[in-house]
Amino acid sequence: MKVDVLIIGAGVSGSAIARELAKTKADVLVMEKESDVCSQTSKANSGIVHAGYDAKPNTLKAKLNVKGNAMMKKLSEELSFDYAQIGSLVLCFEEEGRKTIRALFDQGQANGVVGLEIWEKEQILAHEPNVNCDVVCALYAPSAGIVCPFGLNIALAENAADNGVCFHFDEPVASIRKTEDGWLVNGAYETKYIVNAAGVYADQVHQLVFKDSFTITPRKGQYFLLDHEAKDLTSTVLFQLPTKLGKGVLVTPTVHENILIGPTAEDIENKEDTTTSQDGLEQIRRKAFRTLSDIPYDHVITSFSGLRAVSDRNDFIIERCGKGWIDVAGIESPGLTSAPAIGEMVAQMIVEDLSLKPDPDYLPFRQGFSSCRKLSPEQWNALIEKDPAYGVIVCRCETITEGEIKEACSRSIPATSVDGIKRRVRPGMGKCQGGFCLPKVMDILQKANRVSADQIRKANPGSEYIVAENKEGI
Amino acid sequence: MERRLTCINCPLGCALHVIIDGSVIQVSGNSCPRGEIYGKSEVSHPVRMITTTLPVLNGKQAMVSCKSSEPIDKEKIFEVMRALKSVVVEAPVHIGEVLLENAAQTNVNIIATKNVEKAEKKMSFDIKTNTEEFLK
Amino acid sequence: MEQAKKKQLVVIGGGPAGLAAALAARKNGVQDLLILERDEQLGGILNQCIHNGFGLHTFHEELTGPEYAARYIEQIEHEKIDYLLNTMVIDLDDKKNITFINQNGVQRIQAQAVILAMGCRERPRGALNIPGYRPAGIYCAGTAQKLVNIDGLMPGKNVVILGSGDIGLIMARRMRLEGANVHAVVEIMPYSGGLKRNIVQCLDDFDIPLKLSHTITNIEGKERVKKVTIAKVDKDRHPISGTEETIECDTLLLSCGLIPENELSEKACIQIHDITHGPIVDESLETNVEGIFACGNVLHVHDLVDFVSREAEHAGIKAAQYVLNTLPKKETEIEIETKGVVRYCVPAKIDPKRMDDLQVIRFRVGKVLKDGAIYVWADDRCIFHRQKKILTPGEMEQVILKKKDVEYAKTIRIESEEM
Repeated sequence: MKVDVLIIGAGVSGSAIARELAKTKADVLVMEKESDVCSQTSKANSGIVHAGYDAKPNTLKAKLNVKGNAMMKKLSEELSFDYAQIGSLVLCFEEEGRKTIRALFDQGQANGVVGLEIWEKEQILAHEPNVNCDVVCALYAPSAGIVCPFGLNIALAENAADNGVCFHFDEPVASIRKTEDGWLVNGAYETKYIVNAAGVYADQVHQLVFKDSFTITPRKGQYFLLDHEAKDLTSTVLFQLPTKLGKGVLVTPTVHENILIGPTAEDIENKEDTTTSQDGLEQIRRKAFRTLSDIPYDHVITSFSGLRAVSDRNDFIIERCGKGWIDVAGIESPGLTSAPAIGEMVAQMIVEDLSLKPDPDYLPFRQGFSSCRKLSPEQWNALIEKDPAYGVIVCRCETITEGEIKEACSRSIPATSVDGIKRRVRPGMGKCQGGFCLPKVMDILQKANRVSADQIRKANPGSEYIVAENKEGI
Repeated sequence: MERRLTCINCPLGCALHVIIDGSVIQVSGNSCPRGEIYGKSEVSHPVRMITTTLPVLNGKQAMVSCKSSEPIDKEKIFEVMRALKSVVVEAPVHIGEVLLENAAQTNVNIIATKNVEKAEKKMSFDIKTNTEEFLK
Repeated sequence: MEQAKKKQLVVIGGGPAGLAAALAARKNGVQDLLILERDEQLGGILNQCIHNGFGLHTFHEELTGPEYAARYIEQIEHEKIDYLLNTMVIDLDDKKNITFINQNGVQRIQAQAVILAMGCRERPRGALNIPGYRPAGIYCAGTAQKLVNIDGLMPGKNVVILGSGDIGLIMARRMRLEGANVHAVVEIMPYSGGLKRNIVQCLDDFDIPLKLSHTITNIEGKERVKKVTIAKVDKDRHPISGTEETIECDTLLLSCGLIPENELSEKACIQIHDITHGPIVDESLETNVEGIFACGNVLHVHDLVDFVSREAEHAGIKAAQYVLNTLPKKETEIEIETKGVVRYCVPAKIDPKRMDDLQVIRFRVGKVLKDGAIYVWADDRCIFHRQKKILTPGEMEQVILKKKDVEYAKTIRIESEEM
């Protein structure tokens, strides 16, 4: 196979770049070692659209964060993913932290963040009455928000695919060889250009061709997710002002009306270690107590952990490395917010290098999944008229219909696994965590993908659910 | 010979001590007469009901549940299960219908415990047409 | 959308509770009656409970789950009671407006009375916070039961089960019989919540070890479960370090408790009990919303289906009286206090004026009690007293109150203690 640009990694960065390149006439291939988009760093994070006061002025993080934040609204309309600009508060619980709040305010101003305010206790409690009343002051950022991390990643990738970008899954990069006018990847793919957006593996991919220039250390973050019953806990993203005791944890609503609490920050070696631990979860509870002393942990529906790709350079690494190669590495927080801006920046670099022409047929709009639970009865009935599957509730916790699941199976990047379905249309995301709907989702996947039950997987190969038929082993 | 058993008659779960001396069986540790009866039968002739499911052809449901028509010798449980390995039932099937006679020479039949009616459409699984219809 | 249809009584849920409630309502004079069932068949969870042991109280014989369900389904058909399958109720309000959906669309019913019979769900892994990876191979026991018994598919070959409630024990035997190895049943409490009969016939018969006072402290395997670590726990149920052992397995089944499903009840502004997680009901099994009744596992988790049927019949009779205007209005309700090891009781309050001559009160205790006693007090009079050789949290207890004993009482109290 011969392409102009080969992107390694179908996380949110790779997908954002792919979507931008889809606007050109370039042939683009995205290679992903996992079985789906959004399968590693991009899938398990806080889902925050940061305002942009955190990073030092003039860093890539600062620039791309503020720009990405500004792009998010229009993008969410074009691509139809869940996004809400709910604002954030950095809460300060000690008088001596006031200076740091001020410094953050100034830094935000320097980074071009608009609308920042410093709030005193009364204003904070009037806005968020559940916050502990020993709060002193806070930095309020109205431009901050929340986004569905899967929704954003999947929307970017689907829109890229709708416009002709090719995605190959279960395809780890094993070898890259320099050729006369580009690269040969895995002995099968010829490309003029490589974008290394391999997340926690970006250093290893880089080293397949070049000498060390950076290392990526996975930083584990563990989280609690609470059910809808807890949704009134807060309507704003609540950060804690870092103190000498550490960075603190956030408590935030999600776009799906859950409450998310976390993360821990543990530097680890194993790039696949997404385990949660007793200690880590205990730590979150202890720290979150500072923000809200009355968190209903009996409404926890799941805990999980994700890996942030932290580089040894303290900033995003977005740079050319020789001819026809760009590293997009160390995209830790605020990477999700920055993704749209990263996409633009990297695509611009490639457009210049390869003199790419715009594609006049490019369609920027993507139709989102029918979200039946948000429809009026009339709209819902119209869907049922079209396909009775929209009248069959599969996931009772989140009210997801068979019709929505079928949609997820028949997109330009179809869901092929139970997790893939879950990230697209949410069955199993509710309080029973798939206890009731798993067999039904498996059945729908089986029919859609024309496979037998024992081929249905949770995610990657090796994660099959069914191991035998009854009585096979006796 | 002696056996130690847990009585199953009530939540007390008395620890029974059963001593077998030829044809004489002595039970101790029980708190009521039911414990003695249980202890004696459990050492002389333990029996169990078997319940399982069998695949159904052309049924509204894929499986039919079934049971042994009466308890069988405890040692024969897996022999009966193996005898059921190759049994496939054709819909319709109704409660009480014999699905396997004299399972594993126990003189006990396996009978249906559920009504499974014939599917209205032919269920022989034609993946291609089903899928096309499914994805229409 | 079409205008809301009117119904005298709608029963939400066609499992054992809904079926028994609907039948009782019909037999007590309700003609205009509809059962809404989300599954493709009536019978609810009984359809996957293929083991026997059901019905000893109701039919005086041992039936399997599907047989027990069939007895009721036959009567439903015989009485020509209407039901809709594959139908999910998505909204209920305190005016008894019901919105439901099925393949024919979103529809509304305005009901004169409603019986809630939605059952319960299992506590998932997330709620248990078991550390480790999140691979395939971790199932709620009931999910595995559905896969094995309804779909004929084996979700694992080497199994560890967490939780020794009856579903966990039953699934240990089911998995073993269908060809899997079951390496252990791990129980965090020092006792099993399951029936002795199940411990003997599901575990002992197959040499499956029951690890009491143990829990799972880690799950290994990125894609599919490879190993679990189990450890002993101290009296506060914290794992004791140094006691860990690993078990190689591909499957972990969770049988760690059931939770009544009351999302709809909450939408209808029905008050929920902190301990049972079911609606707070009175002697007529009526919730705080007039004309909405509750029974079965949506009200509180039962141990035997026979008791579900009894309770549901009571709800059906009372709903019928409500519909036919023969149920007196609530006047003075007395909350029933619980004391000692009694964790809760259902109903939690009674109105002596409108109670029947005999009223069943069901409750559970919070710990195992050997040589215990149950007392019921009306004001300072002991109106009921019974000694029991054993009381366990796994078994529901019941007392029957006589109207004449409580008619003029100001307080009622149930207590249980060691003698």
